[in-house]
Amino acid sequence: MTIITRRKLIGSAAVGAGSLLSGCDALNRNPAFQNILASAESANFAVQRTLGDRMQLAREYSLADLSPKFRSNGTRDPGTVNYAASAAQGFANWRLRLTGLFSKPQQFSLSALQSLPQRTQITRHDCVEGWSAIGQWTGVPLKVLLDLGQLKKSARFLVFHCADRLGGRPYYESIDLLDGFHPQTILAHRLNGESLPVENGAPLRLRVERQLGYKQAKYLTEVEAVASLAAIGEGKGGYWQDVANYEWYAGI
Amino acid sequence: MPKDANISTRTRHGVTTRLWHWANALCLMVLLMSGLTIFNAHPRLYWGEYGANDDYAWMAVGSSERMGYLRLGDLRIETTGFLGNWQDHQGRTQTWAFPGWATIPSTYSLADGRRWHFFFAWIFSVGLTLFMIRSLWNRHIQRDLHLRRKEWRPSHIWNAFRHHLNLRTIRRSSEEEYNSLQKLSYIGVIFILLPLMIFTGLAMSSAMDANWPFLTGILGGRQSARSIHFIIAFLLVLFFLVHIVMVVLSGPVRQIKAMIFGGERTERAA
Repeated sequence: MTIITRRKLIGSAAVGAGSLLSGCDALNRNPAFQNILASAESANFAVQRTLGDRMQLAREYSLADLSPKFRSNGTRDPGTVNYAASAAQGFANWRLRLTGLFSKPQQFSLSALQSLPQRTQITRHDCVEGWSAIGQWTGVPLKVLLDLGQLKKSARFLVFHCADRLGGRPYYESIDLLDGFHPQTILAHRLNGESLPVENGAPLRLRVERQLGYKQAKYLTEVEAVASLAAIGEGKGGYWQDVANYEWYAGI
Repeated sequence: MPKDANISTRTRHGVTTRLWHWANALCLMVLLMSGLTIFNAHPRLYWGEYGANDDYAWMAVGSSERMGYLRLGDLRIETTGFLGNWQDHQGRTQTWAFPGWATIPSTYSLADGRRWHFFFAWIFSVGLTLFMIRSLWNRHIQRDLHLRRKEWRPSHIWNAFRHHLNLRTIRRSSEEEYNSLQKLSYIGVIFILLPLMIFTGLAMSSAMDANWPFLTGILGGRQSARSIHFIIAFLLVLFFLVHIVMVVLSGPVRQIKAMIFGGERTERAA
């Protein structure tokens, strides 16, 4: 009696585990269920923004804490003819354009950016994959550019357009104005005291220190101020958000 | 009705305990399996604040088209067929660290694994908090799980250990109060391991670390927090396996019925 019960129990446990797995995959393919799962990430965004000081700085480290090698990920070289030509002459012809909802849209050369006020910060870069690297970044606070370009009141998001393509699509990312004006949000042109290497986004990359690595767009060519993200790419606010289910808010 | 006036019966598992037990079991299963998906994105563990491919990993799963292995410190164990190199249900070789039958979803998607993980992390954390408050309020913790002074004595713990070697005493235990080893493991899981899972999880969030810098301060860095998160996950798997073995040995049908309908427990008046 008990033996049969036990055998049944073990048998049904195995069947249960199998159907649980295929059940999970079926749920995973269901758009409505995906929306329910994604609601937790909205909760993370709301709670993390509510919990702390909205201008709270990410921890800054000392030179002794630097990673021996700062790992690169995603595009390691945009590989286009234009990019290679520009890199060959030290990005002398490179321009960063401010477009969209600016009263004074304009463009900056690399040397013009370097002559603006600078910020240097040693921070930890956390990849969505799980690894971390500590690096020293030097660049222009984004706030300086937003003020020079006179951001319009209607602007709500800043979109970062990049010179690289992944899987045939242009890489882009976006942040809201709260992160845009955060003192640690900089457009970096130096890593660990040297010009930004190609694999880390030369000549210019975004640092938005309270979010994950995929937000730190590399090879920046344009900062576009918009009222809505709907018309950019597929409307989800970034390359990885468009091609997979990555979240626009990457604080966790 | 018990004949002895000193012996009484009461419900073995309160309704809060039963609800939390099953909700928590579901959460831990989904969190483990979606957590393995997330681990597969970077199957290496480090100590300290940083750690990436060029840094020393104390634990790593290695993958190639020919074999898979697990490296712990300097010890390398071949794991072909199970970790790092395994066949999916269509017979194709896959080189993700953990196999599809152990992950949610069963095919690699870091974005989807994160969605599952964070959704169930909310249910798990809120559930654990409510269970703790309710169980302190209704004195379940103080009455059933609190170790009395004599139960800390080595002789007492040794007795409880010997008790687990004897099938007859194991079977009888399902009607009795928890012994000291049971109390120790339940207290350890509820008040140490599960809360540590929440705190090490929070410590991996960049925004949480800006808000609460003490998280990585206490845990020794973000990568240490990630390592501890992983180690505790497997301590919980170990707890689960022992838990299942004890349920099966002590009368699985009666035990599972008790965890659904409440069951009965005999108590000796002190």
